[in-house]
Amino acid sequence: MKNKNKKSYLINGLALVLLFILLNVLIKNNVISRYYQGIMVFVFINVIVASSLNLTIGFLGQLALGHAGFMAIGAYGSALFSMYIKEMALPPTALLITSLLVGGLLTGIIGYLIGLPALRLRGDYLAIITLGFGEIIRVIINNLKITRGAHGLTGIDKLVNVTNSFWIAVVVIVILYAIINSRHGRAIMSIREDEIAAEAVGINTVKYKSMGFTISAFFAGIGGGLFAHYMAYLDPNTFNFMKSVEIVTIVVLGGMGSLTGTIIASVVLTALPEMLRGFAEYRLLVYSFVLIIMMIFRPQGILGRKEFSINGLIKHSKNIIKKTGDNAEGGEL
Amino acid sequence: MLQVENLNVHYGKIHAIKGISFDVKQGEIVSLIGANGAGKTTILHTVSKMIKPSSGSITFKGQNMSNVVPQKMVEMGMAHVPEGRRVFSQMTVQENLEMGAYSRKKNKVEFESDLDEIFTRFPRLKERRKQHAGTLSGGEQQMLAIGRALMSRPEVLLLDEPSMGLAPILVDQIFNIIESINKSGTTILLVEQNANRALHISNRAYVLETGKIVMQGLAKDLIENDDIKKAYLGG
Repeated sequence: MKNKNKKSYLINGLALVLLFILLNVLIKNNVISRYYQGIMVFVFINVIVASSLNLTIGFLGQLALGHAGFMAIGAYGSALFSMYIKEMALPPTALLITSLLVGGLLTGIIGYLIGLPALRLRGDYLAIITLGFGEIIRVIINNLKITRGAHGLTGIDKLVNVTNSFWIAVVVIVILYAIINSRHGRAIMSIREDEIAAEAVGINTVKYKSMGFTISAFFAGIGGGLFAHYMAYLDPNTFNFMKSVEIVTIVVLGGMGSLTGTIIASVVLTALPEMLRGFAEYRLLVYSFVLIIMMIFRPQGILGRKEFSINGLIKHSKNIIKKTGDNAEGGEL
Repeated sequence: MLQVENLNVHYGKIHAIKGISFDVKQGEIVSLIGANGAGKTTILHTVSKMIKPSSGSITFKGQNMSNVVPQKMVEMGMAHVPEGRRVFSQMTVQENLEMGAYSRKKNKVEFESDLDEIFTRFPRLKERRKQHAGTLSGGEQQMLAIGRALMSRPEVLLLDEPSMGLAPILVDQIFNIIESINKSGTTILLVEQNANRALHISNRAYVLETGKIVMQGLAKDLIENDDIKKAYLGG
């Protein structure tokens, strides 16, 4: 079992490095233009934010509609922090990582505080509460002096590029994957399955709900921080309710409870609006139409609750070759 | 082993449990019987600390449990099989059983032997160990729910309507299982609507009506009681 895991880590690590090299080669040879590089950074940011939300919606089973608010806290928190410590002249990577962590921690703390009252409710009630908190955060940022309100925050260093956003997204996914597959992850998933039964087998449901919610907020903050240091300009209205809906859409489309599904959906839903620019004003129509078709024919999302895995794929193709009936499902990343 | 004294539970303004006292001694099967809405499930939930009582005391193994959280009860040796089975439907049978052992300190050897024990008791679960729990039949789910509770090595097992919605032949099986669990040393507090079956395997029973105990005694005496016969045993 241990050896199998080692092998799977190796294969996945190798695949990531290969993917990274491929991206770099394509960028160096100008196959991927500056414009597409920008889209790729947004894909990576969306991967981080959406998979963090998937922890709440897909694994903890609580519908939250205020994730853009958490992103905003992370964005403003990390941007203000990096502007504040600029004089220390840290190397850019160190500056980026410390500001991201500060933004993430700040978001985590606020997420925890919001979670305390909010997580007493569930389902549609929780959705409305988180929606409310998300808007409150945006309105507060809009009216604070330090964030320069509606003028927007300028003077943020542009520290993010394809390379570092790629690796940060990888690290976030690996951490989330590790959490989900730990004992704590099992506890979190059992709350999704049945809260009363989870309590009956001795799981502290209050603790695990707020833990899941806090971790989710933390990583949303990291995603927000990346966004801030890529755009180099922040406008509170970026983080409105529509942004939250966009993130929820990615989670639902990818499959609630599937990290790899979220990655695929982030790519599709970030790239799709850009690809559809040729359709001009029909763009939003086509986008919405794709979503409707998707929900009719595959309501569980692209991957449902399964995980796409290279190992699973290898096993699967081997099985097809052998023509044994034993079909391999994903399950390992 | 378990004493409940003068228990009162309110749901908002509704006084659901009105000053109930009962006790369960080590090695017994004790039943709480009564019609819908009598408060049986509420009592179980209160005993396993999932509902806070408005007053009254619960003593378990000689300790007062007033300010104890539900997970502590599981650690102390009380397992609750909730009404309607409530298995983790998207997890496999084996994962469900692993969750049952959640409260215990990790001990691989002990865990494996407990798992084997459950699989000997419920061979059907062994056949289906890799299957999602949601795809099991009602009876199998009930067995899984009981197996999951047993994985915490309880001294007292609270069973809430284990026969609910099951075919008569499965009801027989479940009651046989309950008896055999009791024989292997686990004390059982059973809530049942199927009063007849419950009384036949119990040592003692309490009859509940709208939040009050209206009768109590040895199960074999209650079976013979005319009022009980009329109200719960069908003539």
